[in-house]
Amino acid sequence: MGHDGVWIFGEQQRGRVLPVTWELLTRGRALADKRGTRLTAVVFGHQLDQGDLREAVERGADRVLALEAPPLETYLPEPYAACLMHLIREEKPEILLGAASSTGRALMPYVAIKANTGLTADCTELDIETQTGLLLQTRPAIGGNIMATIKTPVHRPQMATVRPHSTPQAPRVPGRAGEIVVRKAPPELLGSRVRRTGFRPAAEENAISEAPRVVCIGRGIKKGDHVPVARRLADTLDAALGGTRDVVDRGWLEYPAQIGLSGKTVTPRLYIGLGVSGTIQHLAGMQTAETIVAVNTDPDAMIFKVADFGIVGDLFEVVPALTRNLEDR
Amino acid sequence: MRYLIPIKQVPETNAVKMDEATGTMIREGVEAIINPLDLYALELGLRLRERTGGEVVVLTMGPPKAMEALREAVAMGADSAVLLSDKGFAGSDTWATSLALAAAIRKLGAYDLVICGERATDGDTGQVGPGIAAWLDLPLISYVAGVTGLTPRAIQARRLVEEGYEELEMDLPGLITVVKEAADPRLPTLRGKQRAKGLAIPVWGCDDLGLTQAQRGLAASPTRVVKIFRPKITRQVHLVRAPDAAAAAAAAAELAAWLRQRNVLPAPGGRKEAGHGA
Repeated sequence: MGHDGVWIFGEQQRGRVLPVTWELLTRGRALADKRGTRLTAVVFGHQLDQGDLREAVERGADRVLALEAPPLETYLPEPYAACLMHLIREEKPEILLGAASSTGRALMPYVAIKANTGLTADCTELDIETQTGLLLQTRPAIGGNIMATIKTPVHRPQMATVRPHSTPQAPRVPGRAGEIVVRKAPPELLGSRVRRTGFRPAAEENAISEAPRVVCIGRGIKKGDHVPVARRLADTLDAALGGTRDVVDRGWLEYPAQIGLSGKTVTPRLYIGLGVSGTIQHLAGMQTAETIVAVNTDPDAMIFKVADFGIVGDLFEVVPALTRNLEDR
Repeated sequence: MRYLIPIKQVPETNAVKMDEATGTMIREGVEAIINPLDLYALELGLRLRERTGGEVVVLTMGPPKAMEALREAVAMGADSAVLLSDKGFAGSDTWATSLALAAAIRKLGAYDLVICGERATDGDTGQVGPGIAAWLDLPLISYVAGVTGLTPRAIQARRLVEEGYEELEMDLPGLITVVKEAADPRLPTLRGKQRAKGLAIPVWGCDDLGLTQAQRGLAASPTRVVKIFRPKITRQVHLVRAPDAAAAAAAAAELAAWLRQRNVLPAPGGRKEAGHGA
């Protein structure tokens, strides 16, 4: 077939490679080793930080393949897809992984159609099937209640997006050798019918889907005036503050902070639910967190079914005491 | 202007009960609804039509029962609808689904804007919208949180990303996928329901769309589900009861100690560990 090599699509912002790229390198390295092939990190941007590209090699890439041009400074669907298709046609990778981020979840499905191949969304486990050498792509389905393993038997590359925080970042091995290729992107690939005219940063400094710790409030917080009780705990923990759909619908937090099926899926190291009952829709957005803590007055609340530590009690008594405890250490 | 809204019928998850023994959803007897995220797409289409005039056409691919979803969309205010239903579509993955919807959109003739929900609450892939854009070679803006401007030639929109909102402008025709912020869905009206009841909704199959055998359903789908299994449930909750303030303080102290031991707290003095280069 002549398809060879594992590729990851790395992400950058203002020329600096984003940490999600290091997670993709962890995934890609394991697959490339098992398949006995080379791992390539593809990055698009404008004036990419050379130190970061070397860091990609130190974190496991055998080769960094970077395309640069001013229109590639931020993700735009057409130039990004055209450049990625150009590289895929030229080199025929066997496997291509991207992040299940706002960029990856738009770029990868667009490219999968153009490349005439399959794509599995939001995988949490990846492996190589020993007998066939095929990529096994495992993802949560039906709100995380079942897992499905998916293969792309014939079409190439086998493509998957990987859920952020579902694996640790690849460790840095100073002095690790690898090739760094930085090219100018071919100008004919850079046309775009979408133009970026501005950017407005989110009110929350710590974007919820990237945060290692999340404090989440539910209807048990009772009113918007009570939100600071949870925010103080979040600040103490250096955690992002999120809410259930109820809380967002009542206007106590903004939509970008909503966790659950119609909001964000979060996979933090620590999730603390305050007055969150745990509807199926909410659980779908948080139950893959590493450690789950819940405080709720209802001992039968569904959230306790997925929690590691639960307190059946009044959050307005528990949370200030917890915050004090964590502050003095 | 002409707005096309692809929607999907999904099981109503609010009504879903868990099977305690197997840990899976009990789907039998569960009501089917319009994918809640598609309602934001439909509402946005209706509002844009109110501003510009024109037509809102909804389309869906699914079993004959999916006709209900189309009638509900018409009851909310859509002008017309098309159902893609054929045994040949069975087993379609997102590749084959986006191809069928793209073929239907071609058959519907000229249009200005295709509006999709960000993803469906059952499949949860978010791949069909961008897939349709790729098949039709349309420009794409995903995760649209609001439309800030619209002319016959271009649309301005805010796109929700991890760090905030991008402001983008896109030439038309084009495709957007929208998140909840884009619009607050209206309820169907009585007049709308009456109109929906009487409206003739065409049903198109594979042949109507000119799809060859190799472009249909499971045969056309590059991906194969090879295994379904229950996730390992490793959590065993440690439950502490705190009926009064004193018990709450004790529980809070126990939790703080537990969190420290579990090593999930920020490193002392090492805040902002999620930042660049961590």
